Order: sequence, then structure tokens, then C-alpha cells
Amino acid sequence: MAGAQPAASIELTDNAREAARRTAPHVTIRGLTKRFSDATIYDNFDFDIPRGKLMSVFGPNGCGKSTLINMIAGLFPVDAGEILFDGQPLSQIKFGYVFQNYREAMFPWLRAFDNIAYPLRVMGVPKAERITRVEKIVAGLNVKIDLNLYPYQMSGGQQQLVSIMRALIVEPEILFLDEPFSALDYEMTLFMREQLQRIFVETSTTTVLVSHDLEEAVYLSDRILLLSRHPARAVEFVHYDAPRPRTPGTMSEADFISTKAHCLEIFQREVRKG
Amino acid sequence: MKRLQGLLPFVGVAVLLAVWSLTVWARVVDPVLLPSPIATFRAMWIGMTSGKLGVDFLKTVERTVYSTAIAAVIAIPLGILLGSSEKVYRSVEFLIDFFRSTPASAMFPLFLVLFGVGDRTKISVAAFGAALVILFNVAYGVMNARKTRILAARVMGASRLRVLWDVMLLESLPQTFVGLRNGVSLALVIVVVAEMFIGSTDGLGQRVFEAQQLFDMPDMYAAIFAAGALGYGLNLLFLTIERRFVHWSGK
Repeated sequence: MAGAQPAASIELTDNAREAARRTAPHVTIRGLTKRFSDATIYDNFDFDIPRGKLMSVFGPNGCGKSTLINMIAGLFPVDAGEILFDGQPLSQIKFGYVFQNYREAMFPWLRAFDNIAYPLRVMGVPKAERITRVEKIVAGLNVKIDLNLYPYQMSGGQQQLVSIMRALIVEPEILFLDEPFSALDYEMTLFMREQLQRIFVETSTTTVLVSHDLEEAVYLSDRILLLSRHPARAVEFVHYDAPRPRTPGTMSEADFISTKAHCLEIFQREVRKG
Repeated sequence: MKRLQGLLPFVGVAVLLAVWSLTVWARVVDPVLLPSPIATFRAMWIGMTSGKLGVDFLKTVERTVYSTAIAAVIAIPLGILLGSSEKVYRSVEFLIDFFRSTPASAMFPLFLVLFGVGDRTKISVAAFGAALVILFNVAYGVMNARKTRILAARVMGASRLRVLWDVMLLESLPQTFVGLRNGVSLALVIVVVAEMFIGSTDGLGQRVFEAQQLFDMPDMYAAIFAAGALGYGLNLLFLTIERRFVHWSGK
């Protein structure tokens, strides 16, 4: 687990302070508790999300992977506990969230362009600036989609890409993705993994990805949070530091195979416990 | 083959006209009761272009449009308001369902007392019936707005009011149009019935009734067809508006 910082009672140099800021956890979760009518999903759960890393959450079915990011992103209320972003509450930060079901998360009455610009409209950004910013992000990501189309006129992958751009348009400090590719076919999934990796390499935004595909989780991540059955505990926080950009060839390297095997072993152990 | 498929909708019409002509020709039914298609359409043409039928047709259109417009103006905002809180809707659901199930024609005597004999009674009873249908559909449209879409807007920082305006309102539009189509059909039914019986001097209902009283069968059939064309036309009008403005409906 990303360690807590020692109390800084001694004078720090500017450099050291900057280093401390860079390595301090981005999100701190303390005493998180969540009960649904029939089960306790989280019971006094503590965790630190590291800054500028792509982290995956993986675990047995129904252990509360999605619930975790939904609580962090404020979609579900927590029963108890505190979630802070650099010491601040959610309302003070900018974040992006990508839903699994892009079909229901896009606004079908808006063209793709206006879908991407929507968060800026909510923020009260003037129209001219909205247009410039959307054009900038589209150019930056080298996206070749006709953004004058309505979402229902696009393929699933294109819709999800638009959905990701909509999350990125606010220049979020943290990006959440809830099984973003699981409704896509395999070909599109592979393509979208590369898109996500490219976005991450270019922006280094702290990213939290919920995945039900271990291969995908390891391939994309710097860190993999392995959860137990509920009430969920962090069983292990696996590091995987293969250099980026990773390619399909990465998946046949020894490091990848052993990391994946290790995660799978823990996963199966946790599943058997149920 | 493809080109012939486009003609399929006309097959039923052609068969009906053929059976009708055959029936008249073979004198299966008394010709006084069933005039030939030609006599009927001639009566319709003359009535619409130079006779009283055209005037009556426009009168019925006017009443139906007024009542639907009044119903929509009342029911759409109210439906959005009720639908935006499921608790509020549940608390009035019984009332809406009850009055929606009450035949509007049973309300004529009451409205006669309230508004007297005249256009206001006809229009208000029709508006009453249509409003409940529209209200019910709008409220359900708002309540059944996709939860994910609402969450998506919330997660992007949209306030409750903005979610209502930007998401729920647009989400409810397809269902609102279902309500409007059903509402306008019901309004037409009520208006025509009112025109028959509530001391009317004009309107399609009155025309049908009068033609029947005078035993002028071609005129009566002509008025019936005119009413049918009106109903079909109004439905088509709303469908066209829906396709134009609610382009995402069903997608």
C-alpha cells in the first residue's frame, strides 16, 4: 500500500517539499463504510490512491469494485468515512468519470461535439472558448471522428471515445473509468486500450480503472488493487512498472506473465474463500 | 418486386372499395342505407369544396386544436413537476388514474353547468380528457429518464435544476409525444361526441348526426370519412413533428 507520509516536523528544503508533494498520495480514503440492505460492502476501509499513476481495481464479482469508484466520485453516498483529494473534498476538485454504458451516458439529443463540450457549459465557459477547447482536445488526441454526428449514429467504440473526451475536457485532476470497454467487441477493446494508454502517457492524469479483465488491468496499469470478497479489504497492491508505451508484445514478456499469474493466484484464493 | 412493395398500403383500400362496390352492385344491402363509393366521394367533394361539410370540418379542427393546446399547456409543465419527484407523483397517482379512467363524456352535464351550452363546454371537456392522458405520459417520461444519464449530468457538476432542464425534459420528450398523440385523438373523439349532442349547430359530429336525421346517407358517410381523415391527419402531423424534433426517439 502507498505509505503514509511521516509527520514533517523538521524544516524541509523547497526541493524536498516539492518531492513530498509529488509523491504524496492523491486520494486518501479513511474509515470508508458502505452497507447495502443485504451486505456490508466496505467496513472501515482505508486506502491511498497514488498520484499520476494508472491504477486498476480488480476483485471477485460483487466485491464492490464499481461501488468503490462510485463512492469516490460521489455517485453513491458513503455510510461513513472520509475521502479527500489532496486534503480537499470532492466538490473542490475537477474530475472525469466514464461510464460502462456509453449508450445511456451520452446525450442523444446533442451532437458528439456538444456532448464533449457539455461539462464546460455546466461550468459556464463561454461558447467561443468551449469550441476552442474541444477542438484542442480532439486535435491533441488525434481523433478522426465526425463530431457533427449524433451518438446513435456512431459505433460503440467511437461513442466511448467521445465519452472519454467528455471526461477529459475539464482537464480533470483524476479520471475514473468503470469497466469502460466491457460493452465493446474485442477488436474495439484492443484499439481503445491503446487510446487510453496514449491519453495517460500524454496527460499523466491520476487514473482509476475498474476492470473485470485481468489481462487488461495488468497491461494498462502501474498499480493493481486486488480486493477481497465483501466486506472488501485491499488484499494486495501490485506494482507493475513496465515502460510505456506498452505494446501487444509486452503481454508476452516474462514480467507481464509473472505479474498476471501472481494476481490470478491471489484472485483465485480470494474467490475460494467465498 | 421492390417497387410493388411500396403499393402494399393501398391493397387494403382497394379491397375495401371493391367489396363495397360489389355489395352495392349486387344489392346485398338496401341502397338507401349504403350508397356507392362514387356517390359518397362526390358528396364529400361537394361538401368540402362548396357545401357545409368544409365549414364543419374546420370548426371541429378548431375545437380539437384549442382543447389539445390548452391540455398541453397545462399538462406538460405539471407532468414535469410531478414526474421529477417520484414521491409526489405516487401521492397523486390514484387521482390521475381514476380520472383518466373516467369516461370524459360522463363529465358533460357537469361542464354544461359550469360553462353553459357553447364552445367552452366542448373544448373544456376535451381538454380535460386530453390533459390527463398527456400528464400521465409526461410524468412517466420524466420518471423513467435513464438513471445513468442523470448521474452523468450530476457527475459533470450539473445542479438539480439543470439536470431537470437539460436531461429529464429531453428524456421525457419521446413519451410526451406519445401523450400528445393519444391526447389529440381523445380530444377529437370528445369534440365529435359533444358536437352531436350538446345543442350544436356546427362541427363534424353535428354534420354526421344531421345527415342521419335527414336520411342523407352519402352526406353522412362523407362526414364520417372527413372525421377519419382528420384523426389520421392529426396523428400524422404529430408523428412528423416528433421525427423532426425528437430525432433520437427509439435509438
